[in-house]
Amino acid sequence: MNILALVKEVPDMTKVNFDCERGVVDRSSAESEINPFDINALQTAVNIKNQYGAKVSVLTMGPPKAEKSIRDAYARGADEGILLTDRKFGGADTCATAMTLSAVIKYLGNFNLIVCGEKSVDGDTAQVGAEVAEFLDIPHAYYVDKIIEITNENITVEIEEICGSKQIRKMKLPALIGVTKNINHPRLPTVNRKLESLEIDVKTISLEDLSDYISEESTGFKGSPTKVSKIEIPRTIKRESLILRDDYNSFKEIIKNETKGARR
Amino acid sequence: MDNIGILILAEHKNGSIHKISYELLGKAKELAKELHEPISCLMVGPTGIDLKELNQRGAETVYYIKSNVFSNPEEYLYKKNIVEFIHERKPKIVLIGATNFGRSLAPRIAAALKTGLTADCTDLKIDEDGNLVQIRPAFSDNILAHIKTVTYPQIATIRYKEFSEAEKDSSIKTNIIEIKTYMDSCSKSEVLKMFSDEKDDITEAQIVVAAGRGIRKKEDLKMIQDLADKLGGVMGASRALVDAGMVSSAYQVGYSGNRVKPKVYIACGISGAPQHLAGMKESGTIIAINSDPSAPIFSIADYGYVGDIYEIVPQLIRDLSQEETWN
Ligand SMILES: Cc1cc2nc3c(=O)[nH]c(=O)nc-3n(C[C@H](O)[C@H](O)[C@H](O)COP(=O)(O)OP(=O)(O)OC[C@H]3O[C@@H](n4cnc5c(N)ncnc54)[C@H](O)[C@@H]3O)c2cc1C
Ligand SMILES: Nc1ncnc2c1ncn2[C@@H]1O[C@H](COP(=O)(O)O)[C@@H](O)[C@H]1O
Repeated sequence: MNILALVKEVPDMTKVNFDCERGVVDRSSAESEINPFDINALQTAVNIKNQYGAKVSVLTMGPPKAEKSIRDAYARGADEGILLTDRKFGGADTCATAMTLSAVIKYLGNFNLIVCGEKSVDGDTAQVGAEVAEFLDIPHAYYVDKIIEITNENITVEIEEICGSKQIRKMKLPALIGVTKNINHPRLPTVNRKLESLEIDVKTISLEDLSDYISEESTGFKGSPTKVSKIEIPRTIKRESLILRDDYNSFKEIIKNETKGARR
Repeated sequence: MDNIGILILAEHKNGSIHKISYELLGKAKELAKELHEPISCLMVGPTGIDLKELNQRGAETVYYIKSNVFSNPEEYLYKKNIVEFIHERKPKIVLIGATNFGRSLAPRIAAALKTGLTADCTDLKIDEDGNLVQIRPAFSDNILAHIKTVTYPQIATIRYKEFSEAEKDSSIKTNIIEIKTYMDSCSKSEVLKMFSDEKDDITEAQIVVAAGRGIRKKEDLKMIQDLADKLGGVMGASRALVDAGMVSSAYQVGYSGNRVKPKVYIACGISGAPQHLAGMKESGTIIAINSDPSAPIFSIADYGYVGDIYEIVPQLIRDLSQEETWN
């Protein structure tokens, strides 16, 4: 079984500075890391490998320095890492990103299962996974919180919530799943794996390699049907607050009054 | 360009129309004032859903792809049918609710149509050329991006509880057109079972009493649950408590948990990290109890109490229990 985890490198959103004037993230202000949700995706792949036996590859589309995340993924249990990098991929929206990712997946061939995170903390769309599935014409399930069974032909998963219920779904392989952060508790990399990760070969792929699968027009800014036309800084969400310290009785009255109409 | 009109993808839940569909209609009516183009709804679902309210709330035409194969939501089969419908009818704008199903289905539809998709919009406008401007928060709500799609249809998913429901006018006569399924089975994916685990639905609660790391151990959460019960609300939690294994993630409020918009949100021992605020800042009244007067939660609270939750919360429970006349 060949499993591919889609892993994005993102700035650490709890530390990154934001340039409110220009409406951009100052990427130099914080380290980059694997998208926190994708750590769960990777752990899912590694857990399947441990239970059923499989080869786990990770694929990242990003700038050359995203190689760091591939090494981190190796340290966390991946067997192989692929970095998809080319200036021409820059400015891609989810459609162009998914087009490009699906082109590499076709180029590499032979994946039975693709695992992605719930969403990326910078793009924050949760679209790329399902779009990749569509471009590959394979079934997908999102919000997967449990893998129930995998055979050579099928995967059965539990979906956390869809239309107000949990769902058990069986999909023919190849398939794509997007997992929630509840699916597992990611383990920390071991020191040994960390050291080894510094030595591994990271395969890089550029647009040229994909010429049989995608044209330049379908990638990057050119291939992106959505365009940002304006950036607005939201008015700071501050409320006029009444802060009490020792006046418990007034506070109690506030709680009583405010909840009056809403109690069930 | 022959694409015309606004199409709303209606959603069903337990055999009836999901309220998000009415909210989408509410916004679509505003957009139609600028656009001067018709609004229609498409319901893909099992038999027996009463759709007249979609007409009564503003859809000129309601299309119904009706079959019991749609009883269980599954993206591949839904997508096939919706995409064929869109190919035929060529709407200019397609609006989809950003429920879990909508968020999972919309990207498949957009990719199949090779068109753009904007996720989780909080506002929509029509520009001078009659195109859709999609407004969504990005980078942990630090910016609002205005996004335009250069292909048709222009598709957006819209957050639940972002817009008000369209008014209902019962005198409007119904106009429902049934459409034959384009595809009614799919061998690639099969739903084996649907089931709900009985739990309080925090996203529908009118009152949420949420606890954060101010709670020191699992047993102490009982007082938060008690206060929630006393007030007739539902308990919530910050990610810190979920990560500590004190409470299940169904109760988590925030960016990676549930987005809630209750009438009253009471935050107990929660600092107010941006990822927490992302899930509750739209609440009606926000009340915070925190021992640290500089906690960021106070700056978005309507009322705050600087104090120890281990004193205040039990005292509130006691007093509310005693004062029987209070409700
Ligand atoms: C990708 C990502 C996604 C995230 N998603 C979420 C999310 O969905 N939801 C979420 O909540 N967080 C989320 N976080 C985490 C978030 O950044 C914060 O770490 C978290 O919200 C902190 O929880 P807290 O306020 O309970 O804890 P703390 O920040 O530790 O705050 C505890 C507060 O309790 C107060 N306190 C302590 N003792 C008492 C007492 N006895 N009485 C009164 N007050 C007391 C303290 O003064 C402090 O303000 C996410 C982070 C990342 C990186
Ligand atoms: N550039 C990328 N490289 C690899 N995987 C990606 C990339 N962008 C998105 N993904 C995957 O798609 C998921 C959803 O991302 P998004 O649509 O940006 O929220 C992520 O959790 C990743 O698994």
